[in-house]
Amino acid sequence: MNTPKSFQEIILRLQTYWAEQGCAILQPYDMEVGAGTFHPATTLRALGPKPWAAAYVQPSRRPTDGRYGENPNRLQHYYQYQVLIKPMIYIYKIFTWVKAFHVMALHDIRFVEDDWESPTLGAWGLGWEVWCDGMEVSQFTYFQQVGGHDCHPISGELTYGLERLAMYVLGVDHVMAMPFNDPSATIPLTYGDIFKQTEEEYARWNFDVANTEVLLRQFEEAEAECKNILAQDHMDPKTGKRIIMVHPAYDQCIKASHMFNLLDARGIISVTERQAYIGRVRTLATKCADAFVQTAAAGAV
Amino acid sequence: MADLLIELFSEEVPADLQAQAAENLKKLMTDGMVDAGLTYASAAAFHTPRRLTLAVEGLLDASPTVQEERKGPKVGAPEQAIQGFLRGASVTMADLEIRDDKKGQVYFAKITKPGRTATEIVADTLEFTIRNFPWPKSMRWGSGSLRWVRPLQSILCLLSNETEAQIVPVKVDGISASNVTRGHRFMAPDSFVVNGFDDYETKLKRAKVILRAEERSAAIWQDATNQAFALGYDLVEDSSLLVEVSGLVEWPVVLLGQIDNDFLGLPPEVLKTSMREHQKFFSVSNAKTGRIERFVTVANVETVDQGATILKGNQKVLAARLADAKFFWENDLREAKAGMLKWQITLNNVTFHNKLGSQSERIKRIAALAYKLAPVVGADADMAEKAALIAKADLSSEMVYEFPELQGLMGRYYALEAGMGLDIAMACEEHYAPLGPSDNVPTAPVSVAVALADKLDMLIGFWAINEKPTGSKDPFALRRAALGVIRLIMENQLALPLAGILTPADVGAGATDLLGFFQDRLKGFLRDQGLRYDVIDACIAMPGNDDLALLAKRAQALQAVLATDDGENLIQGFKRANNILSQAEDKDGVEYSYGADIKLAEGDVELVLFAALDDVDAQIKLAMDTQDFSTAMVAMATLRSPIDAFFDGVKINADSAMIRRNRLNLLSRIRIICLSVADLSKLEG
Repeated sequence: MNTPKSFQEIILRLQTYWAEQGCAILQPYDMEVGAGTFHPATTLRALGPKPWAAAYVQPSRRPTDGRYGENPNRLQHYYQYQVLIKPMIYIYKIFTWVKAFHVMALHDIRFVEDDWESPTLGAWGLGWEVWCDGMEVSQFTYFQQVGGHDCHPISGELTYGLERLAMYVLGVDHVMAMPFNDPSATIPLTYGDIFKQTEEEYARWNFDVANTEVLLRQFEEAEAECKNILAQDHMDPKTGKRIIMVHPAYDQCIKASHMFNLLDARGIISVTERQAYIGRVRTLATKCADAFVQTAAAGAV
Repeated sequence: MADLLIELFSEEVPADLQAQAAENLKKLMTDGMVDAGLTYASAAAFHTPRRLTLAVEGLLDASPTVQEERKGPKVGAPEQAIQGFLRGASVTMADLEIRDDKKGQVYFAKITKPGRTATEIVADTLEFTIRNFPWPKSMRWGSGSLRWVRPLQSILCLLSNETEAQIVPVKVDGISASNVTRGHRFMAPDSFVVNGFDDYETKLKRAKVILRAEERSAAIWQDATNQAFALGYDLVEDSSLLVEVSGLVEWPVVLLGQIDNDFLGLPPEVLKTSMREHQKFFSVSNAKTGRIERFVTVANVETVDQGATILKGNQKVLAARLADAKFFWENDLREAKAGMLKWQITLNNVTFHNKLGSQSERIKRIAALAYKLAPVVGADADMAEKAALIAKADLSSEMVYEFPELQGLMGRYYALEAGMGLDIAMACEEHYAPLGPSDNVPTAPVSVAVALADKLDMLIGFWAINEKPTGSKDPFALRRAALGVIRLIMENQLALPLAGILTPADVGAGATDLLGFFQDRLKGFLRDQGLRYDVIDACIAMPGNDDLALLAKRAQALQAVLATDDGENLIQGFKRANNILSQAEDKDGVEYSYGADIKLAEGDVELVLFAALDDVDAQIKLAMDTQDFSTAMVAMATLRSPIDAFFDGVKINADSAMIRRNRLNLLSRIRIICLSVADLSKLEG
């Protein structure tokens, strides 16, 4: 296999590889999330006894990480590649992937402890950061608990930070200089051609301009709507069917979480308030998990 | 005799858990085996990222057969009782023996507990050990229910003697023990069979695994030092990083790399912290200038290009990390040069504690207190106040957000950048100190003022809202803060009566309690310095006990004088005088404190005591005026012989009531004079 030439080729190879491994290749979730873990294909599907195997790219936003596109690898908007397999017994699959790039012979792969915890999702797991020559190229986690529920069986979550990984494989020093499509294409585009300007725009908005009153209101509206959806009777009076609206409620939970991240970037949340906000989002995530385990997708009914 | 080899092979175990886990494996296995009657000659445990290994030598082949005798019911006891006894002892009627006892004939059962083979005992003990292993955090995986720190992949369990090695049949959650292990994850992943510990260690090394952690760390240290030395550099010592790194690799390969020139202008602490925390690199400094210019990374693999690709990758990662640090540093410097006002404002929005307000409010209190304390510590009051106002500004800086452990230190850099001068800059860095018993205590006056104010404000505040430490709970580290105040006072010899600071106006009803809290900490502190606690109590009972340095000085002087022959005997004399006097006062219902009249003295002994008391009284008063406790105590000790002579030669309870009263009044003078240096009645013995 020849060395990939562009960011998108790496994504395509990952897609092909995980498709070959039997994963359902899903599409990104159509909402603003902080990480691929928030995609319901991970958060919700890690619950319940039903086997699951999915892989997808997830555009992710971390407002506090904005650097106006100047830092070689920090971005407020970036891509994660996410794999969730249930049950997950061993991590061998990582290595077959690494082998696929013919890099094993020259590189140093190490597993550095990473006790993963998401206080906002009420989730935790144990695993590692996978380092390649000192660079964290992916994270591997055995989910133990999600939304306050013990996982059984255990899912394995593999997350690749796509920009970092691609920069590594392509030998690029600055993310903005990375070829997005084939550099020999008629119209070659770099990552910077596509994202340099947006990084600047969002960094300015995230840090200094976003209207905090609006954000605060949206947080509260999302919180209220999430609770309202879950408080509805499971029986739909119109169709006479039992319909628990977990996913619409979870969308509101995601929204609240993102609003919190934006408020955080604006620097107006104090240390004590922070905990309170995180607790409020966790309450929503837990309620969604409670509801999900009562549905057919979680093996109930 | 047999040897036992156990290896628990798993996915990568966190570096900081490995050593304790190896110890736990040894303890649980050997304790379990010994409890079951299986003794051994020696045991050793080993750890790598992927294996916990135990080697036991000289293990018994089986536990010895044990004979036990059990006393049963009386002959002729109800049938039910006898049957119950038989069941309990697992014997039949025919096995029972009848013996004469004090109260008649009694059944006795002889029970033979047959020994068990080492194989059985090891199998049981190992299964118990695996299922009950004390991991601080453990996990499940797949569909199983077994918990381990990371997925357990295989178990090797082998009993061997000179002729053969035998697999111990253990099966835990579907994993059966074998005589097979694997080598290095990447360089020698294939499995191989071993027949004992020596074979195991040798074959592991061939398969690119160094079993012993200390061998790995020694190899890292030596190779890194040599490579640095060859280029004219020094490896910066970091023993905890060395332990961590040797827990991340089974086959250490040391690589020496370069830091880009762009980043050499960053403060050395930033370079070191960033490299250590993010990349687990050792810092390497120029042997001539001491400047950190290079780094050492430890890989877990040998490559055909001698690590060139690995090093290139690591350098690139480091450059990105340091670019981040530089971004923070440059942004922070801009803010510092502008006077740090924005940072101070940001702290308005940071809650210190919901009942104690924001960080800004706390800082204002600290500043007011530092201003007040400044004259005591010899600092300029305005400067102390200014330093306190700026000392925590760096908490809002980007660098401290990224590396919280650099708080204070960055404050120093930024204060200098803001043109605040060295005294204030030092206070920014030092005002958190001392953080622990081994931490240095600041001595620069401005630093001392802010450091004291910082801690006293914490204590006053939490006492005022009644959030005192209880038992083992001390979430705000208030004990540490109080001890910090004590060390600041002691090591700077500060005359700082705390009653003037811990006022009811600030602390509320708990003011006395807070002073008592300080005195309790001081007791512990002085006890650690070898002072007797009854000596400390004798001094705490005196006025001025809120001046901790004074209190300590008094206690030291008292303990010194007690160590002398005169001092020791004087205490006895004092106690005797005190006892006689107290009894007489109780009996007579009066207090003998009118002063004795020398005209009523009879004989030399009494006259000498009168003279000595006058003399010593004057000496003590003079010495106490200058808080010269040693002189006062030594003077007091000279009373020993006149007092002893007085008791030997004079009858206190004289026949004449007038003389008796006079002598009791004389004893009272002894008491008053002695108690003016310390409350000697609190002394033991």
